Amino acid sequence: MAGPGATPLFYTFFFYIFGLTAVAAGLVFVTRKSPVAAAMWLVVTMFAIAALYVMLDAQFIGAIQVMVYAGAIMVVFLFVIMLLNLGHPSQFSDLRSFGWKLAAGVVGLGIMAEIFTLTRGTVAHPYVLPAGFAAGQVAREGVIAPLAGPLFRQYLLAFELTSVVLLVAIVGAVVLGMRRTNAG
Amino acid sequence: MLVDSLFFSAVLFTIGVAGVLIRRNAIIVFMCVELMLNAVNLSFIAFARSYGVGGQVFVLLVMTVAAAEAAVGLAIIIAVFRHRQTVDLQNVNLLKG
Repeated sequence: MAGPGATPLFYTFFFYIFGLTAVAAGLVFVTRKSPVAAAMWLVVTMFAIAALYVMLDAQFIGAIQVMVYAGAIMVVFLFVIMLLNLGHPSQFSDLRSFGWKLAAGVVGLGIMAEIFTLTRGTVAHPYVLPAGFAAGQVAREGVIAPLAGPLFRQYLLAFELTSVVLLVAIVGAVVLGMRRTNAG
Repeated sequence: MLVDSLFFSAVLFTIGVAGVLIRRNAIIVFMCVELMLNAVNLSFIAFARSYGVGGQVFVLLVMTVAAAEAAVGLAIIIAVFRHRQTVDLQNVNLLKG
């Protein structure tokens, strides 16, 4: 274990359970032929990731993950699958040719190697918070306050800009989804 | 915990990349992009535990952008489906040289 301080064994155990659930469900997701089955397995992955968030002292983000990703975004996906009547797996496989699979393997291995190399690096000590700082903050100030403070002070501009992003996205989705008529 | 989270994050991101490269169904490719965003969020949360709560703020912003992206992207998929009667990316090759 890399972090300082002793992590309880059951904590590590459940962390790995949820992490492996996420990875396994992700693998199943990417190999399903039916889009509906794939979407359902992606929901499993997102629930497992939400559990990881909670174990990493980000309880509010975990709740938001369940509500926004598993609740809202995946429902929109399923709605589009239903709207376009894509629920049945296509007659022929939608996998790409061998060259693409080789490229995917090479790119995937490259990215994994890069990230594994990055995890070996170290950060200068003054920037690292002491062990258990996040958990202590949650115990002192509650789940939302440590997140809301920086969000509405330090990152206020970014927060306000997200409202513009959402507005543009709504207008864009409506315009793209509009049926074009010659009379209009 | 940090190294373990980065490990899971790397594996999930790689699954997403592989899905984007291998699958041809536009909706599944799009869901793979969401999986990649989730993997990056996991890294952010893991780093936020050791380097301050800014990472969690970033995750909130990433989720907002992901929601906006899902709305626009699915509208594009619907528009493509109206034109081509399919979401198979092999049939969407107008920009191919």
